Amino acid sequence: MAKADVLGESLWDAYSNKVTTLMNNPQHQGEIFDAEAEEHGNKLIVADFGAESCGDAVRLYWEIDPKNDKIVNSKFKSFGCGTAIASSDVMTELCIGKTVQEAVKITNIDVELALRDDPETPAVPPQKMHCSVMAYDVIKKAAGLYMGVDAESFEEEIIVCECARVSLGTLQEVIKLNDLKTVEEITDYTKAGGFCKSCIKPGGHEAREWYLVDILADTRKEMDTEKMKAAADAMAAGGGNFEEMTLVQQIKAVDAVIDDSVRQFLIMDGGDVEIIDIKKNERTIDIYIRYLGACGSCESSSTGTLYAIESTLQEKLSDKIKVLPI
Amino acid sequence: MKVYLDNNATTMCDPKVVKAMEPFFSEIYGNPNSLHKYGTAPHPAITKAIDQVYTAINAADADDVIFTSCATESNNWVLQSVWVDHVLNGDKNHIVTTEVEHPSILSTCKFLEDQGVKVTYLPVNEQGVVEAHTVKSFITDKTALVSIMWASNETGMINPIDEIGQICKEKGVLFHSDAVQAVGKIPVDLQATHVDFISFSAHKFHGPKGVGALYIKNSQALSPMLHGGEHMGGRRSGTLNVPFIVGMGEAMELATKDIQATMSKIRAKRDRLEDALVELHDTFVVGDRQNRTPNTILISIKGVEGEGMLWDLNNGQIGASTGSACASADLEANTVMLAIGADNELAHTGIRLSLSRFTTDEEIEYTINHFKEAVARLRMISSSFAKQAPTKGGEVQECELHHH
Repeated sequence: MAKADVLGESLWDAYSNKVTTLMNNPQHQGEIFDAEAEEHGNKLIVADFGAESCGDAVRLYWEIDPKNDKIVNSKFKSFGCGTAIASSDVMTELCIGKTVQEAVKITNIDVELALRDDPETPAVPPQKMHCSVMAYDVIKKAAGLYMGVDAESFEEEIIVCECARVSLGTLQEVIKLNDLKTVEEITDYTKAGGFCKSCIKPGGHEAREWYLVDILADTRKEMDTEKMKAAADAMAAGGGNFEEMTLVQQIKAVDAVIDDSVRQFLIMDGGDVEIIDIKKNERTIDIYIRYLGACGSCESSSTGTLYAIESTLQEKLSDKIKVLPI
Repeated sequence: MKVYLDNNATTMCDPKVVKAMEPFFSEIYGNPNSLHKYGTAPHPAITKAIDQVYTAINAADADDVIFTSCATESNNWVLQSVWVDHVLNGDKNHIVTTEVEHPSILSTCKFLEDQGVKVTYLPVNEQGVVEAHTVKSFITDKTALVSIMWASNETGMINPIDEIGQICKEKGVLFHSDAVQAVGKIPVDLQATHVDFISFSAHKFHGPKGVGALYIKNSQALSPMLHGGEHMGGRRSGTLNVPFIVGMGEAMELATKDIQATMSKIRAKRDRLEDALVELHDTFVVGDRQNRTPNTILISIKGVEGEGMLWDLNNGQIGASTGSACASADLEANTVMLAIGADNELAHTGIRLSLSRFTTDEEIEYTINHFKEAVARLRMISSSFAKQAPTKGGEVQECELHHH
């Protein structure tokens, strides 16, 4: 909260003049009947979306010229608040004159933009963005009916936030690229979750398949795994920064180098080596090891072999390494 | 014409009340706790206000009425202090309330649940009323408090507070009632009805905003919520809000002195309005008139979404209210409508009209005409009454938006 939220804006005062005008006097409210379309040699498509029990319902009518798939007339009926009626009205306006294939590309963002008085100022407050989504959904449904396909087939990607039309792919990419850690950051970067807020977490205005909190958690987990994997790969390649690794990573890195370059020779002589501990000092990184098997009694274990292990580790990992047998 | 029909939200401050308050801003402004003459100067007015308040609810001299900032504070105080006194420092852990309480009860109960208190939210019947036997069956020996509103802000329906009070008395359980919609609207006699605590607020009966009270029967123990300078016997600290206390006393007297006569005048106008509105087909009003606060109508209009209706009423200079979907910040269905078992559909079509003693016959006539016009316009736009059936496959099988 901040100063602007102490009182909070009145919902209706945030509507554009266009929303107010169309609510008071919708231009395309009404019905088109079968007989009428038939008389013109056209096809009538009528699609419903939402229901009274949801608090919002819209019925869209398209009269389509079957020769060129052009929507020659469109009307609507709506059970809803002012923004729902104004959104439906502008939606029909946008449909008229387009082919069905063109109309299906109209999104709720187009509807909201068409309701703006000036291009920079939103037509409705954030919690009302949701109303324009119904327009988008009912268009897809009508187009599906006309083309004989499922409405879902027009959706090329998974849309997580319908109000801002942000896809799952976009969200995952933005979280990764910008190292986002909170839902608020996601909203700042993508606008997702900034409107009706249903997509943030379960329990909102409507149930969703995907929620930002889960996407964030899953993507962060994926990022962590990737980071670990990168570190492991770097270690295996000897390219990681040994000094900045965690203790566990350091032990694994030392083990990997020993595995790769030393252990086979020790085993040939009937011995082995284990890492006991790693201590980071100011100038050195001390690696405590213990010889196993034959190495324990081998004379060179404190001279030649030790030198070989130490120089290999210095070369592969860090020149600060000192190896101390115990 | 302008018509204000949202008196359950707040009321106009009666000019007589404003006049009574006026001297206590710049003329008689001493702190009543000070020893000097400035401090004692407002004492007679405060004493009068206390008398007015006690008389209005027929509180006994042994009872306490403590002035607060609002009923939300009073409600918070009772719930939180009962928790401190009887759960944290006692052997109880249970509160009984209803699903349809004001948010200042429900949110506080949710907060207490987070602290480990068990809360039972009782349902209401199709009349919007909680039944006394239901309350009785949920009281256990762990129950610290029963908190049930006297009358509903949404429906105006009056709960059986007498019966519930008796049940609580017999069971030895504390009983609180949020009486915000009862005090000043219907008779409240606290020597006839057993209640341990009631909350009320001045701005609901033509007093100023920012002052309310908590009634505490027999001056019984209840830890303070505001600690400080030992005002009002140490029960609620903070310099006495003198002008507002004076205003509250005056408003209470004005609202209750001829309450039967006032009620019947308001009821006549309300009934006239209600009778005219239910002439519209596919409408219904929630709850039996006889058991409703005389100023309230909650009407459901099929095919007309609540916020859309408010918009059209507002265009006609009529101020009404809806708790339904689009109008509230969280876009939810009217929880009270859902609680009384109304279809989901109806939960989005409720309009509440609440009158006051200042509502005139001309305003009622104007409202009837404008209301009917608005319903006609919105039903013409509404998909609910469309004639052309959807193309095969274009119907809605079930609610595609999922509300909670």
